[in-house]
Amino acid sequence: MADLRTSLGRLRLPNPVLTASGCAAAGKELSQFFDLTELGGIVTKSIMLRARSGRPTPRMAETPSGMLNSIGLQGPGIDSFLAHDLPWLRGTGARAVVSIAGGHTDEYVALAKRLYNHPVDLIEVNISCPNVENRGQVFACDPIAAGRVISAVRRAAHPNVGVFAKLSPDVTDIGVIARAVTDAGADGISLINTLLGMEIDLDTLRPALGGVTGGLSGPAVRPVALRCVWQVHQAVPHLPLLGMGGIMTGQDALRFLLAGASAVSVGTAVFHDPTAPIRILRELEAELDACGFASVTDAIGFAHKSEEQRAALLGGASQSVPA
Amino acid sequence: MTQASSDQPMASETDLPASGPVQEVGEIFDVTRFGDYTQLTVVAPGVARAFQPGQFVAVAVGGSQTSMLLRRSFALYGVKPGSEFAGTIQFVVAVHGPGTGWLAAQRIGARLDLVGPLGVPFPIPREAVPAVLVGGGYGTAPLLPLAERLIALGSEVEMIVGASRAHRLFGELQAKRLIGKVTVTTDDGSAGQLGQVTDPLPSAIERLGAEIVYACGPMGMLAAVGEVARAHAIPAQVAVEEAMACGIGVCMTCVLPVRGGDGVSRFVRSCVEGPVFEAGRVRWADVGTLPADLHGADGMGVAR
Ligand SMILES: Cc1cc2nc3c(=O)[nH]c(=O)nc-3n(C[C@H](O)[C@H](O)[C@H](O)COP(=O)(O)OP(=O)(O)OC[C@H]3O[C@@H](n4cnc5c(N)ncnc54)[C@H](O)[C@@H]3O)c2cc1C
Ligand SMILES: Cc1cc2nc3c(=O)[nH]c(=O)nc-3n(C[C@H](O)[C@H](O)[C@H](O)COP(=O)(O)O)c2cc1C
Ligand code: FES
Repeated sequence: MADLRTSLGRLRLPNPVLTASGCAAAGKELSQFFDLTELGGIVTKSIMLRARSGRPTPRMAETPSGMLNSIGLQGPGIDSFLAHDLPWLRGTGARAVVSIAGGHTDEYVALAKRLYNHPVDLIEVNISCPNVENRGQVFACDPIAAGRVISAVRRAAHPNVGVFAKLSPDVTDIGVIARAVTDAGADGISLINTLLGMEIDLDTLRPALGGVTGGLSGPAVRPVALRCVWQVHQAVPHLPLLGMGGIMTGQDALRFLLAGASAVSVGTAVFHDPTAPIRILRELEAELDACGFASVTDAIGFAHKSEEQRAALLGGASQSVPA
Repeated sequence: MTQASSDQPMASETDLPASGPVQEVGEIFDVTRFGDYTQLTVVAPGVARAFQPGQFVAVAVGGSQTSMLLRRSFALYGVKPGSEFAGTIQFVVAVHGPGTGWLAAQRIGARLDLVGPLGVPFPIPREAVPAVLVGGGYGTAPLLPLAERLIALGSEVEMIVGASRAHRLFGELQAKRLIGKVTVTTDDGSAGQLGQVTDPLPSAIERLGAEIVYACGPMGMLAAVGEVARAHAIPAQVAVEEAMACGIGVCMTCVLPVRGGDGVSRFVRSCVEGPVFEAGRVRWADVGTLPADLHGADGMGVAR
């Protein structure tokens, strides 16, 4: 049995499978299907300072092996989250990764300050939001704005709590953004957020989503996500990565580890199968054993390694791994 | 997003039900065609056990290598929790697109991946009260177990079932067997009386001295039924159908603008805070829009 323990910076996790922001709410609904403490952690829906209604319906469209969503970050606002959702989640004993989102740097900073005295295991900064101060340019697409948000959050957050920047794949060179947030003090990087897409409804001959465009997720985006993890691992090899995008099976999860992720988030798969994160964890365990990995740590970034490094890690099993 | 109880329109609905949904694989036990519909009977003791009228089941479609990621939702009826035999459930499929097409083509013995029972059931009065039940198309399905429940309480029940045309009617015979008093309407007059379900509704309410109306069907019909009930100063409990990605309350795709007990309107999840709503609380005319007075609309940059 492979050792499943991993870490995201200073945060130690019993295993590398977490939920994805926006696909598990704050855990309560999924707790009807499995014990939340069995996962590496629960990543909560991105929370903002104030309550947000979100966008008008329709908010989703199914696409081949994927879906588009235009939820628009509906949520109760940080006060309600801290009063109800976070205490409930912590009460289960699960590890809580809190995702925050904002329209300008000050809003992210205010959120980090509000979280300062609360029991949070990690802060994931969703920077795939339009920057109100820069004509709606998405933070994650602008290395300067992305770096500014991350350094400000890093300074405002509790020093013992890691700050992860969540990157968008909708950029020309994701390595540039990765280096910018790393220089700004990010303790790690989560990737990828959804890809911008759209669908047209042939009954109405109009965009299928109320928000016109939406975020594409699910297996359809997995190769893009894997490529992003690979490139970011090359760009910032020492930074821990939380990989996600279309993970449906333990084999998919292993591919993300091999590309350089230290842990993975399971998002859209939960809609298909509410127990997917637990199933994926079990399957990953079996896959690691089948490949001859003694631990998750050995598998992280393995696809990047030289022949000598591989042989050292897999020992006798190296012959069975094709070069 | 799980919200604070104070944020909810109906505080009692924020807590998850004690006997929650289960995920199970069930074998199709029977396939029967009714007009344009396919009725599936599936062995699903876990779903059957906790079922209450108004709840639904979310079914995975397309097989293990499917490219259709999202489950399809269907209202439950004909639920037999089972004694010596394993419990069974029924639902009716109207072919709409590829997912329902796949389901309608399944044969006896095929296995379905199910999550249920989901959603808030129809509220049942404590004592017997006269009630009119209104079903549009396959919307009659969840009203059948509701009628049974109300009759068992000693309530006097009348039912109106309608559809665009005869082939789109569902549950007429089952309803007649249960209740006796069933009025049928079709838009084209191909069965029952020509017209819509709301035409015979006022006289049915008055004749019975109905104290509540229950309905399930298309959104426009539910809004119209709500209006008739309001005109008679009685409540209407209606089951809606809104596109759902998860069905279990984690994604926020299935929201409707609903006015809360505190007078504040919010986008609420129809999968876990519905699908049954008091018709008067749903802002039917605003579905598909972002009303400026909605809680949190100011956070979207909508001027109040
Ligand atoms: C609570 C509830 C109860 C329902 N009960 C029944 C029932 O008893 N019998 C029945 O035939 N149908 C019922 N429906 C509608 C049924 O779920 C849809 O017709 C079906 O999902 C369409 O899938 P498709 O692949 O055939 O169509 P597509 O249009 O290809 O579906 C694409 C996507 O849109 C979603 N979608 C499309 N139309 C609807 C819709 N009307 N409602 C919800 N989601 C939709 C699908 O789930 C899928 O994710 C119910 C829906 C809900 C929400
Ligand atoms: C319905 C839905 C809501 C989402 N909401 C958020 C969110 O609030 N914050 C965020 O950072 N990512 C959000 N995401 C993106 C996911 O966390 C994830 O990055 C992406 O979907 C790719 O992973 P997947 O293919 O496993 O879903 C959302 C995705 C979906 C499908
Ligand atoms: S369908 Fe996901 S929250 Fe209702």
